[in-house]
This record gives sequence, C-alpha cells and structure tokens, in this order.
Amino acid sequence: MPSLGADMVAGTLVEWLRRPGDRVRRGDIVAVVETQKGAIEIEIFQDGVIERLLVEVGTTVPVGTPLALVSGIGVGAPAAPTPPPLRPEAVVQAPAPRVPIPGPQVGRPLASPAARRIAQQFGVDLRALRGTGPGGAIVSADVEQAAKAPRRFDPAEMRRAIGAAMARSKREIPHYYLSTTIDITVAQRWMEARNAERPPPQRLLLAAPLLKAVALALRGSPELNGYHGERGFEPSPAIHIGVAIAIRGGGLMAPAIHDVDKLGVDELMAKLRDLGMRARSGGLRSSELSDSTITVTNIGERGVEAVFGIIYPPQVALVGLGKPMERPAVIEGKVLPRRTIVATLSADHRASDGHRGALFLAEMDRLLQAPEQL
Amino acid sequence: MTREEVRGLIVETLGNIAPEADASTLDPKADIRESLDIDSLDFLNFVIAVHERLRIDIPEVDYPRLFTLDGAIDYLMQKAAPPK
Repeated sequence: MPSLGADMVAGTLVEWLRRPGDRVRRGDIVAVVETQKGAIEIEIFQDGVIERLLVEVGTTVPVGTPLALVSGIGVGAPAAPTPPPLRPEAVVQAPAPRVPIPGPQVGRPLASPAARRIAQQFGVDLRALRGTGPGGAIVSADVEQAAKAPRRFDPAEMRRAIGAAMARSKREIPHYYLSTTIDITVAQRWMEARNAERPPPQRLLLAAPLLKAVALALRGSPELNGYHGERGFEPSPAIHIGVAIAIRGGGLMAPAIHDVDKLGVDELMAKLRDLGMRARSGGLRSSELSDSTITVTNIGERGVEAVFGIIYPPQVALVGLGKPMERPAVIEGKVLPRRTIVATLSADHRASDGHRGALFLAEMDRLLQAPEQL
Repeated sequence: MTREEVRGLIVETLGNIAPEADASTLDPKADIRESLDIDSLDFLNFVIAVHERLRIDIPEVDYPRLFTLDGAIDYLMQKAAPPK
C-alpha cells in the first residue's frame, strides 16, 4: 500500500485491474485504492510478472503492506520508491502460475471521489448505477439515491487526516515565512493579448505562467525543492509541483504536475485543466499524489490578498499566491495603478535560510516581467 | 433557441462542472462563481463547454457578462441569434 501523502495511514483496495500471470511494466495502473482523497489509480513501480495478489478487494491495510507478489522484483507495494527485495526471483525460472481467480472488473465505472466514498460507506455497487454526471460519471447524488443515504458524505475523516499531517508539519518543520508583492501587469497584458486571438480551449489562466515562473526560479534554488528524509534534506533534480485543489464538500489535495520547468505554458495549462477534471471525477494516479517536490497554493480570483501555507511533509517549501489585485505602485516617481499579486514562501529552515528564499522570490518576480520567455 | 432552451443548456453545463452542487435551483441574479463555488479553472471549462455546444466565440473580455444566470442567458441568446 503506497503512501499517497503524509496524511495517509491506510487505504482500502477496491479493485484489481491486473491478475496473476499478467506482465506489467513500470507505470501501469494495476489497482484502485480508496483513500480519504477518493479513488486513486495505483501504478506499479517496476517491470515484472504478477505472481500473486496478496490483498483482497474490500480489505483496508496500513501503508507499507505488500499488495502483490511480482516476480523478478519480489514483494513490495506498487509505486513504492524502494521496495524491499524479499524474494527476488528470476522471471525465467519461475514462470507465473495461472491461478484462476475472479477477473478484474474491466470497464470500471467512472465515478467522482465523493460518490465512491459514499458507495463504499453504504455498500452500493457502482457498476449497478447509471451516472448523471459529466460523461455519464456517477456522482454522489446517484449513489445517495441508490443508498437512500444522507445528503452529504461526512468530511470529518478527511479533516482529521489533514489535521494530523499539518500538526506533524508544525511540530517537526521549523518554518520561516517570506512575502513579496509582484507586479504582474505585463504578464496579465501578455496573457490577455494572447487569449484574445485564441478560442476558449486554447486560452491560458494566470496560474500557468505563475507555475512556470515558480518552476524556473526553483532551478536556481535547489534547497527549496525536494524531500526531508531520515538523512536530512535531499534535493530533487526533477521539479514536480503539487497544485493544491479544494475538494467540493470540504478538504483539499495537491496532485503533482511533473517536470513543470520543462513544459511550455500551453502544455502546462492543458495539464492543469486535466488535473482539475480528474481531481473532481476520480482517476488521479498514485505517483501524482506521492512525488511532489514542492507545493503551490493559488488562492484565486475570489480569494484574499495573501496566503501563508503550511509545508506538506516531507517537502521543504510551499509557495502561496494571493488574489491578483490592482494596487498603487510608485514607478519613476509616479504613482500608478498596477496589477499585482502577493507571493509568499513558507520554507524549512533545516534545508534553507531566508536569504535563499528571498533570492527565489526575487527570481520569480524577474521571470514574470518577461512572460513571453516563460 | 428559446430562452428556456438556453437556460437548460447553461444549467446542464454547470451541472457537469459542479456535479455536487445543484445548478437547477440557481438564483438567476446571483454570481454563479459564488453560489456554485467555482474557481477560474471551472469557469474556463464552463466557457469552453458553451463555446463547443453553441459554436460561438466568447471573448475573454465578455466573461463578466456570464457571471450570473440571467446575464449568461441574455448574452448567449444575443450571440446565438442569426445575423440580421
């Protein structure tokens, strides 16, 4: 059972998508696990052949419990970065026995995380339902109707999980906080001019250039990007940004967009839209919930001026972006109205100092003054 | 399209974007971003869906006209009307 975030202690296996004898490749989706964050697709971490499934559908097991035996690599939880090699066997020597077991449910119903949660709570079979959501997806109302369940799921469990992870963060991580106001007038105009020439599906939101600026600025500040583990801070060469997304009905999650520094802004925007859709309708993958190297929380247009986040362990920094606002600015002796945004940084003093954090925010500012180069 | 048809299309589209909210009981004068708790990404998806279904262009500068249900109906009826 892979850890899909610091706030996860256990998960329920709701579906096997592969069966013993199947050859799998690293990154294949092999199972679906139900967590407080909804149904997550579990990717396998290495190539091999599935020997045996160790956890039955419907069973809740703690993080770290082996889910399946895969020949060639031994026992381990799918998507775990370093699985313990308990019984390494060569694929050639141990041909996988084809044990006839109930097959995986091919054609898994599309359902929102809330719908899956309620379905599990009330023992409703999602396959028996007809969805009324986007693309025929099953939404919570469909399940509630089938289960005659209360109107909303109880978000208390997710709240407790978030509370536990944040308490751990505040207890263990010596946070420092920085804040700066960035002039985004140029970036906003550049984006508007670009969007004016494009149909809606190709338009950008401000989040795209902002995330790209964060990623590029991180290249010069590796002390802010990576994990704090048992051996202290380990910087990550890859820049995977966890994007905080509020969940309707309460709670939040921060699935990752991978290698943001290498994506063009259009590509990044497409990924952001895709991630938003999947966070809502289900279908997030395990790697997206476990390998962010930093988190960005973007308060959005209807929010407040500034947000000071709590770092999500084992990460070492979090960037907060406030609501874009018109503010008076002094430019060459004149007071002018400018479009601005307050960017904040919460960072781990075990990995960096305020000086580094300040350089990072200043670099973000500099990059946003030339948005066409992002 | 009649006013009622345009209303139905908007409500259905919003229902796809905010499936856990009830778009059918919207206050026609309220800001849908507030009443359905939709963010800028949701709103962009709403514009894209309407754009694709009605095959009309919705420039970004016109977005504020779509912030209420009534405003959106007026705007889309005007845009979808055949040119005179």
